[in-house]
Amino acid sequence: MSILVYISGEHAGAKASHEAVTYAKKLGSDVVVVASGNSSDLADLGTYGASKVLVDANVSDADSRQITALVAKAVEATGADTIIFSHDLISKAVAPRLSVRLKAGLVSGAVALPEGDKIKVNVFSGKAFGYVTVKTAKKIIALLPNSISPEATGSACPVENFDAGTGNAAVKVVDKKIPEGEVPLPEAEVVVSAGRGLKGPENWGMVEELAKLLGAATACSRPVADIGWRPHHEHVGQTGLAIRPNLYIAIGISGAIQHLAGVNGSKTIVVINTDPEAPFFKAADYGVVGDAFEVVPKLIEAVKKFKG
Amino acid sequence: MNILVCISKAPDTTSKIAFKDGNTKFDETGVQYIVNPYDEWYALVRALELKESNGGNVTIITVGTAADEAVIRKALAIGADDAVRIDVNPVDAFEVASQIASYAKENNYDLILTGKETIDFNGSQVGSMIAESLDLPYVALASKLDLNGQTLRLEQEISGGIQVLEVNYPAVVSCAKGMAEQRIPNMRGIMAARTKPLKVVPAYASETYTSFESFSLPEAKKAVKLIDPNNMDELVSLLHNEAKVI
Ligand SMILES: Cc1cc2nc3c(=O)[nH]c(=O)nc-3n(C[C@H](O)[C@H](O)[C@H](O)COP(=O)(O)OP(=O)(O)OC[C@H]3O[C@@H](n4cnc5c(N)ncnc54)[C@H](O)[C@@H]3O)c2cc1C
Repeated sequence: MSILVYISGEHAGAKASHEAVTYAKKLGSDVVVVASGNSSDLADLGTYGASKVLVDANVSDADSRQITALVAKAVEATGADTIIFSHDLISKAVAPRLSVRLKAGLVSGAVALPEGDKIKVNVFSGKAFGYVTVKTAKKIIALLPNSISPEATGSACPVENFDAGTGNAAVKVVDKKIPEGEVPLPEAEVVVSAGRGLKGPENWGMVEELAKLLGAATACSRPVADIGWRPHHEHVGQTGLAIRPNLYIAIGISGAIQHLAGVNGSKTIVVINTDPEAPFFKAADYGVVGDAFEVVPKLIEAVKKFKG
Repeated sequence: MNILVCISKAPDTTSKIAFKDGNTKFDETGVQYIVNPYDEWYALVRALELKESNGGNVTIITVGTAADEAVIRKALAIGADDAVRIDVNPVDAFEVASQIASYAKENNYDLILTGKETIDFNGSQVGSMIAESLDLPYVALASKLDLNGQTLRLEQEISGGIQVLEVNYPAVVSCAKGMAEQRIPNMRGIMAARTKPLKVVPAYASETYTSFESFSLPEAKKAVKLIDPNNMDELVSLLHNEAKVI
């Protein structure tokens, strides 16, 4: 089976991209990557199983029509019957378009390799799983980040220019601001999150310090983002981001059903809350009943000691 | 400016998620349906704001059965001018998108808005599929949308940062948090909604590409292990040795 994986050059070095290529390698023998935008990280995708990378440096990541045309052309060139995306912002714009263009059923939010003809996906914002079948000859799978572990077993692969002739971008990027050194929340392995229990934005210093020590991303509950204590992109839950890190530490968050929906795919959950009746403890692996303002500084000291 | 807002119903966020018929169907017993929050809070409200400052018309459209009309009336109460229901009980996102695209082809819209995803199937597919069917530009998960002549100026949140985009309309945009503030319908809106036009359109020919065969619930968690707040060394050691996550 020939498998094609779409990767944005800009994200070629990201763990989610390594996961997508690893997933493809487990599905079929020949894995080709098609990339928009060049990057020195592309050759390294061979390590995860790609036999080669086809790159069109003239395609903009912001223009879903250009990327769709590029991937469709690569499907034609390789004869691929399965196309893999990482379920991120770009793939949310491109994979459905491609599904219409190729008449290929799209399975988005996959969390595991197919079992027979069924593919397991996250539904109800993480409260349940669905098993989807595809009726069309070609299929597209968009894989949720942190669903499988990247496996680096091969070596670097060739990167070839692939001119898809997609014309000019209709969507133009006029500005881009990305803070340096932050761990992006969707693919973070460890997340430190806090809620209204922290009383005010001035108290987030300890949350950020703990996150930094653990190499973690920071997140928050919805009311905290709504009142403007934290930026919107940190809001996790049913109406925010759904995440599935290895470790989720919830500080001063009650654990409302809408919050749990976005985080209960986490492998291990630690809850710190003054209220022993807080619903979050029912969803937690480890719980600390105590005041965050006393517990978190102690946890920071303990992590420092552990890290030596 | 004529705006089409795609509305889906979704189970209320406090609904108990359960399945029936051998885990092949969502169990709707006791489930209250609401307008999918992203469609209502962001797409619809932003459409109304654009209409208020630029004039035009806001039409909502849903692909569903007569049972969905309560949800349509709610969206009308918030302020949409009129509504369209395409009479299909849809099987997958492609079917929803092709129905809406067929309708939109016959009626010109400057802007088609959707929510970022539904909170039940979380597919994030419909907007992009409509855009492809109509050969229009598409921007996913916009957190801001402003109008500047023939150009839309949009923001997207990317990896903790912000990206600003420009595209000429007609276009399709999916709407995420940040774009608008939730509006609570008032009594006048609710009364007015009862008499606003709701057109029922028969199904267009369309296909389906995927289907949900079955569902399952996550395994129940083991009981929480409580740790003495004065012994954070123990927590760190458990996270390292037992959970193996740090
Ligand atoms: C349609 C809808 C969608 C929603 N979507 C989301 C969503 O996506 N994400 C989300 O998070 N919420 C969502 N909500 C809101 C949700 O219902 C809760 O209101 C919210 O999650 C509560 O946030 P919180 O836990 O930070 O605050 P609270 O419920 O106020 O809880 C604060 C917690 O902090 C504890 N606490 C107080 N002081 C301390 C201290 N010193 N140390 C330790 N603990 C302390 C308290 O015991 C309490 O448990 C949604 C609601 C609706 C209706």
